[in-house]
Amino acid sequence: MPIKRDAKKIVYTSEQEMPQMPMSQGSMLWNKTGSWRNIRPEIDLGKCNQCGICWKFCPDMSIVIENEFPAVDYDFCKGCGICAEECPTKCIVMVEERK
Amino acid sequence: MKKVIMGNHALSYGAMLSRSQVISAYPITPQTQVVELLSEMCADGTLQAKFIKVESEHSAMASCIGASVAGARTFTATSAQGLALMHEMLHWASGGRLPIVMGNINRAMAPGWSIWTDQNDSLSQRDTGWMQFYCSSNQEVLDTTIQAFKIAETAGIPAMVVLDAFALSHTYEVVDIPDQAKVDAFLPSYKPYARLTPDAPCAFDGLTGPEHYFELRYKLQKDMEKVPALFNETSREFEKIFGRRLEAVEPYLCDDAEIILVTSGTAGFTARVAVDEMRKDGIKVGNLRIRMFRPFPFDDVRRLLAKVPKIAVLDRNISYGYHGIFCQEVKSALNGSGSKSPVFGFIAGLGGRDITVASFREVVDITRGQSTPAEEINWIGVKK
Repeated sequence: MPIKRDAKKIVYTSEQEMPQMPMSQGSMLWNKTGSWRNIRPEIDLGKCNQCGICWKFCPDMSIVIENEFPAVDYDFCKGCGICAEECPTKCIVMVEERK
Repeated sequence: MKKVIMGNHALSYGAMLSRSQVISAYPITPQTQVVELLSEMCADGTLQAKFIKVESEHSAMASCIGASVAGARTFTATSAQGLALMHEMLHWASGGRLPIVMGNINRAMAPGWSIWTDQNDSLSQRDTGWMQFYCSSNQEVLDTTIQAFKIAETAGIPAMVVLDAFALSHTYEVVDIPDQAKVDAFLPSYKPYARLTPDAPCAFDGLTGPEHYFELRYKLQKDMEKVPALFNETSREFEKIFGRRLEAVEPYLCDDAEIILVTSGTAGFTARVAVDEMRKDGIKVGNLRIRMFRPFPFDDVRRLLAKVPKIAVLDRNISYGYHGIFCQEVKSALNGSGSKSPVFGFIAGLGGRDITVASFREVVDITRGQSTPAEEINWIGVKK
């Protein structure tokens, strides 16, 4: 069957155009999960040894590598703190979100 | 080729001839021989399938679901407590619209711990969205397994093939085991509606909000409603190839009957013998055996029962606080049909107590002796 791919949220207006089972037919890029966050990771790149462990451990692929250093994609980071926990040089700290 | 085999092995042969590609199961009495023979077939190469050993029935169904999502024809078998442990996964299979076929050997639910037959295990799964077919002979077990794959894959709904513990599972009967070529002609390889593949990546069974969930359930019900017609269509195809017909409901001497005994499972064949005997005594009695319980064959039941003077439903199961489960379904089928036939409800044979010709004579005696039912439930054989 044809699969719809769209970064926008897909809303069907009729059951007839829906697949028979629940299946994703597009990306979840529209769903900016960063708004769920209470605490945010902040990276002190001066202490970073570029090991890539934060990138590897992030369950939401919200650590991106830019110019060989990690950065946080705050549109999607939920603030779980795994990167800060795993960072061997402790260059990532979790700070409270301000309003 | 005709062979004398046990009911459990009829299931194994059905799964083998259907060319199951993944089998995952956990052994439980009285189901064990089903998967024992299948694991031997996988080991010696008779069946080209992956046999997955698991640590529980929950995992057995979970791995069947994984295999089915990947596009494999998938089979498992269980019984009673094992089926209950699968309960959560049964919803995943039907909600995911995966045509898994499962044999369930009817065994009474514990406690008291029991390995003997009654139908409360499978009927407790009534609302999971699985089709349920109840068998009365070993031939029917084999035939139904093959037919179940065809119906399940066409409808996108999983199917349960149900047979009584010991009365069928461990009873040896002559079974015509069809040629592989004939089965292949009836049941072509499985073509999934959608499957998990790197060629077209997508995720299955994820978060579904209120804007879509309702429609998915609507679609499942609408497709369930198409199954009775699909059942008849596949039965005709099956008969053309194998010479045997499988009916959703099977009437026996119903045309002139003053009382119709409604039965399922092996009690249905015992009822036939009872009908023959009582006919010799001049009692006009017939038997309607219900093979397809889900979806419930409302039209057939109405057509065959609406005008009969009296209906007696024998249940080897009970919905505590209400009634026998087939009895309540028959009553609900007749409601609104204009039928004035009184429905007499009987409970018998729980926990594997025998249902005999004498049981049916008692059922008929009670039904003949009352113009309308004096009791909601008539208990056959309780030591009072």
